[in-house]
Amino acid sequence: MFIGYFTERPYQDKESGYFGSTGRDIADLGISNSEYNPRLGSELYNRYLDEKVYAEEMGFDGVMLNEHHSTPFCMGGVVNVEAAILARITQRVKIVILGNVLPIWDDPLWLAEELAEIDMISRGRLVTGWVRGTGRESVAHNAQAPFNWERFQEAHDLVLAAWTRSGPFRWEGEHYNYRYVNPWAKTYQQPHPQIWIPGVMSRNTVKWAAEHRYPYVMLATELEPTKNSYDYYDQVAEENGYEAQTQHRSYLFKVHVDETEELADQAARKYVEGPSNPFLEGNQGIVRPYLQNLPGMTSRTNLLPTVTSFTQSTARGRQVAHEQATKDGGQAPEDYSSYESQKERMSIITGTPKTVIPKIRHVLEYLRPGSIFFWDGDGAMDHDDAMRSLRLMGEEIIPATREMAKEFDLKGPFEVDTRTNEPMAQEEAVPAGGQ
Amino acid sequence: MTTAEQTWTESTAEVAGLSVRYLQGGSGPAAVVLHHSTGNIGWVPFYEALAQNFTVIVPALPGYGQSERPVWARAPRDIAILMSHFVARVAGESPTLVGLGFGGFIAAELAAVNQDRIGSLVLVGAAGLQPDEGEILDQMLVSYGEYMTAGFRDEAHYQEIFGEEVAPEVRELWDFSREMTARLSWKPYMFNRRLAPVLGEVQTPTLVVAGREERVIPLACARQYAAALPNATLEIVDGAGHYVDYEEPEALAALIAAHAAS
Repeated sequence: MFIGYFTERPYQDKESGYFGSTGRDIADLGISNSEYNPRLGSELYNRYLDEKVYAEEMGFDGVMLNEHHSTPFCMGGVVNVEAAILARITQRVKIVILGNVLPIWDDPLWLAEELAEIDMISRGRLVTGWVRGTGRESVAHNAQAPFNWERFQEAHDLVLAAWTRSGPFRWEGEHYNYRYVNPWAKTYQQPHPQIWIPGVMSRNTVKWAAEHRYPYVMLATELEPTKNSYDYYDQVAEENGYEAQTQHRSYLFKVHVDETEELADQAARKYVEGPSNPFLEGNQGIVRPYLQNLPGMTSRTNLLPTVTSFTQSTARGRQVAHEQATKDGGQAPEDYSSYESQKERMSIITGTPKTVIPKIRHVLEYLRPGSIFFWDGDGAMDHDDAMRSLRLMGEEIIPATREMAKEFDLKGPFEVDTRTNEPMAQEEAVPAGGQ
Repeated sequence: MTTAEQTWTESTAEVAGLSVRYLQGGSGPAAVVLHHSTGNIGWVPFYEALAQNFTVIVPALPGYGQSERPVWARAPRDIAILMSHFVARVAGESPTLVGLGFGGFIAAELAAVNQDRIGSLVLVGAAGLQPDEGEILDQMLVSYGEYMTAGFRDEAHYQEIFGEEVAPEVRELWDFSREMTARLSWKPYMFNRRLAPVLGEVQTPTLVVAGREERVIPLACARQYAAALPNATLEIVDGAGHYVDYEEPEALAALIAAHAAS
């Protein structure tokens, strides 16, 4: 079992009027950066890096970073900078980028160089992951939406070629053209770092990940549709002549642990009280479907069972929340996506270790993932909230999770090779519980 | 928008291995109309008005409506080249070419690459040039309703034509069309820096039309076209926004007939 830590690194500005459950909803691409305070940004970047260093101390196997653009809900616009810093200031933990937004790179060869440098500086601890991005990312860097999927695939092929083929060679593709591919940098891990593919909605992407035997990371989707998507992955694997196993399944979910049930409720409620985030159920803000899904970005007929409308909304109750919020004149919805409802449905898992562990057990037993990420310290949670939870995760949750993983035989992608389904040579055992 | 007695027919032509669907009605000299970026919803009153004096031919541009998508096309000029072959095949000698909005962009490109194929040119609220003043409204950042509404002199007029609830098949057409438009005109959006420098070579008699209430393509663009094309006249239509063809169909048809006759 691989256990990782994730936070979306929100820009938490309590003075903004956009912050907290009493603040105004943020509309996608609807807030001017004239409100940005770089002093606050500086504090937050450093805080989030410090928390990741502590996550390593507490025994996590990986720290996960993601990337979004032109939005307060995620400060990871240049995710490779954060990854490069972590490569140097951490010692053991995997640096998991989920992921670089491939189609918005006009020069993916540069990405290949950056990732190779990160892998070398970290001495082989990079896990790379690639996404197509939402409409927001395509707008922010002006990538032509109808070619998003084509550019994703070609950029992937180019980066792999740059890492694995001896140069110099020429690349004359549909979307990328180079007369001289010969980067003076190679990945520390050979033939290349592991590639994990995160996602929520695109059937194309699940199929593609399964065809490449890349682990697929479902991002905080509800349990049943998540299982359905894994089933689809399994089916594609079978069609491609191999059996998908736990090392191919990954799941990100919200877990916050605290010293008492009261403190847990106080802190976990803050998931839905930060700057609006279309990916955080209960505080999605104003979702604009035409931006979320730019023309040609997603084939209207190739959606996972998680999605019933053409936006991603339904996958996380977002559309329900948005419709409710609109209907009730902007009031926070009281039902489906409320904190209470999410806690009840285990969309948010929170409490003391005693109450949290059985819920994690249920997730592991039901989904059988080989790798998981706890999504914590987000929304309006402050540094103290994040650190209390990280400490308890190290002391109790991670060791208990490893025991349960053993019991359910959940092997991660660093235990069993996703390309061959053969056991991998193990380095020294990962210390549990912040030892 | 059919009437009890259908006054038009629907046919298919082949261009560069692609099937192109087109509507045809009326009689007289040929007038080919290139539709807006939002596609063609059917035989609208403007075509009927124009058909009093012309054989009106309205292709669905390649990649729009029922016309096959040229997957290789990356710019309006690619569509202009296809349309120049279509015009030669279907419209005979010296037709009038009418371009509406994005269709005007394509018509201007067609004239720039192959003016011998057409007898006269009409550009209505045409995109294609970077405005000296103002910015072209970016349809990619707004909803369909917002974008269409901006094209009318006011919201009431928009609703008069499309209703309070837009018909599902119309919404579908807009959705589908936007995807093709995004394939052809993304950056720069709705203009081509390689078009203005060659317009001075286009000798085709040209009528440049724009609505006075234009909020999609700045009026500056109409003035720039009129200044750059050696044989152009400019007409500003009162009471219309970007969609002069929807808002003032009779007036526009009369302007075109007068232009072709002169």
